[in-house]
Amino acid sequence: MLLSTLFLALRSIRRNLLRSFLTILGIVIGVSAVITMVTLGNGATLAVQMQISSLGTNLLMVRPGQRQGPGGPGGGAPSFKEADADAILSQIGGVAAVAPEARAGATVIGNGRNWSTSVTGSNDTWFVTGNWKLASGREFTDEETQSGAAVCIVGETVRREIYGGTRGLGEQLRIKQFSCEVIGVLASKGQGAMGNDQDDTVLVPLRTLQRRVTGNLRVNSLLVSMQDGSDSTRLKAALRDLLRERRKLAAGDDDNFNILDTQQLADTLSGTTKVMTTLLGAVAAVSLLVGGIGIMNIMLVSVTERTREIGLRLAIGALEREVLMQFLIEAVTLAALGGLIGIGIATVASFALAKVMGVPYLFDPTINMLSFVFSACIGVVFGYFPARRAARMDPIEALRHE
Amino acid sequence: MSEALIRLRGVTKKYGTGQAELMALKGIDLDVAAGEFVAIMGPSGSGKSTAMNILGCLDTPTAGQYLFHGAHVEALSRDQRARLRRRYLGFVFQGFNLLARTSAQENVELPLLYRGESATVRHAAASRALQSVGLGGWEHHTPGELSGGQQQRVAIARAIVTEPAVVLADEPTGNLDTQRSEEIMELLRALNVDHGITVLMVTHEHDMAAYARRVVHFVDGRIESDVPNPHPAAPRAPAVPAQVQAP
Ligand SMILES: Nc1ncnc2c1ncn2[C@@H]1O[C@H](COP(=O)(O)OP(=O)(O)O)[C@@H](O)[C@H]1O
Ligand SMILES: [Mg+2]
Repeated sequence: MLLSTLFLALRSIRRNLLRSFLTILGIVIGVSAVITMVTLGNGATLAVQMQISSLGTNLLMVRPGQRQGPGGPGGGAPSFKEADADAILSQIGGVAAVAPEARAGATVIGNGRNWSTSVTGSNDTWFVTGNWKLASGREFTDEETQSGAAVCIVGETVRREIYGGTRGLGEQLRIKQFSCEVIGVLASKGQGAMGNDQDDTVLVPLRTLQRRVTGNLRVNSLLVSMQDGSDSTRLKAALRDLLRERRKLAAGDDDNFNILDTQQLADTLSGTTKVMTTLLGAVAAVSLLVGGIGIMNIMLVSVTERTREIGLRLAIGALEREVLMQFLIEAVTLAALGGLIGIGIATVASFALAKVMGVPYLFDPTINMLSFVFSACIGVVFGYFPARRAARMDPIEALRHE
Repeated sequence: MSEALIRLRGVTKKYGTGQAELMALKGIDLDVAAGEFVAIMGPSGSGKSTAMNILGCLDTPTAGQYLFHGAHVEALSRDQRARLRRRYLGFVFQGFNLLARTSAQENVELPLLYRGESATVRHAAASRALQSVGLGGWEHHTPGELSGGQQQRVAIARAIVTEPAVVLADEPTGNLDTQRSEEIMELLRALNVDHGITVLMVTHEHDMAAYARRVVHFVDGRIESDVPNPHPAAPRAPAVPAQVQAP
């Protein structure tokens, strides 16, 4: 009986194809909106996590100034010195590597082209703390680092803009007043957590930058890489104490530097995108409910329109329960169909949108299943009232209906 | 008359209450034996349809008894009456009441669906029923593609596809011209004579009532006369194809 009722429902859906489609439109939109939102949200969360982990894992970024914005060092506060980096490495336990870093904006010229970029001065530990790899060439030698040699390693963006199709190794690159030899190319990391292009840089030994570009001994930031499994809270406290001491701060003074924990940053940012995902998903879920009301509406119209049909069915011996089931199954089938179409649309839409937005596409089986089951449930809930109205009709009255 | 298939005793039907109260049936006694062909006549508003609805177990009397096959219909629940209808009764309506945009075949199969018959059984039985009303070859036409006479023949096929004990027809020819009407009457007569199906039919026209073997006259909610028709109309020419087969 159930099977033949399903059969009946499918048949009457097919008989009114256009109306059936309009009935489920709300569900289709609702389901596809929910799934697309959640899928893109998950993708965005993952993207944020990936970008932050590309900064380097277990990384503490220490900068002058009280509060850290996404930009450069805080004004006024004294910068660091190269010796600070050595002190941190030798005096604090659990530190894997420390890279002092100084930056300066400069226009670089080579191969007959110029490009405005940021020149980074550091040494080989910078590869460790920043999780950088070389696409080709070599790192600095100790000798080059010590003497401040005229050598540089270019980021992928700079290589592309200056050298185009070639690797650029062995070429001369002019930075301000001096020329350096390109000895390596950084492997691309792409966009950073703040939407900046991480590959748009030229790396030179710290001393080279200080002597030939900035003309001072300032270090803008210290990149501290922690050993795996070390206690970041304790390490940060030790780091703070050490820096306060080295910067000669009195007991009552505020810190004139700040420590950013990339792990914390990752947690905060991905927490934010998760909240956004939930919020958007919830808004989309409301549209699913509205879709349910649409089903009820059109089912009620359909029941009224088919009064004579219902009267006939009852007259030839359909039980109340059978008519109820017929309309209920019709509503559930419609809603489930809407759910399936919605899933299809959501898959295409979220795949395409993920491409456009540059976030990874993550198929989430849970939300797909959930949306499908939920839309079927909506069919039951909103189909029940019209179905009951049909089942309780008086066959004589119904047959007389115009 | 002790083994009457249908027995009405003092059946009344009251519609409305208070000022609007109306006695549509004022005490009906009627016995119908299996195999009879009864025409019910009478002026409009005399209670014919009301009586047919009660006889067809679609409605219950306000007072009185209705015994069908020995069962007290007036005491049955809605669902029990539905089961009785699907088991023993077939209906033919004035307005055909076929499902629109649905093939003749599917329309005829409908009652079998509620009997839980398998698709193959339904299909075979419906084809046979359509054959027997002379519509072999029209299975896939929808009501919109059929003439009124053909639609009523589909409706008759739907009424007999379950091999009912009784076919109830309330003005089955009311929407048809004379020639189509006669074709329908031929079919009903054949059902009665050849297959022993009891036929209860309401009609306004004496020409149609002439096919029945008994004519009951209603006036103002009462039976005014109940007379046998010793010479029912005989088939003039085979209006419908030669061999009318059993469904
Ligand atoms: N559902 C109803 N509610 C109120 N009055 C009704 C209803 N059905 C029939 N009647 C009344 O009952 C009387 C008999 O009606 P009916 O049996 O349809 O007559 P007939 O079929 O002989 O023309 C009429 O006066 C009619 O108006
Ligand atoms: Mg009538």
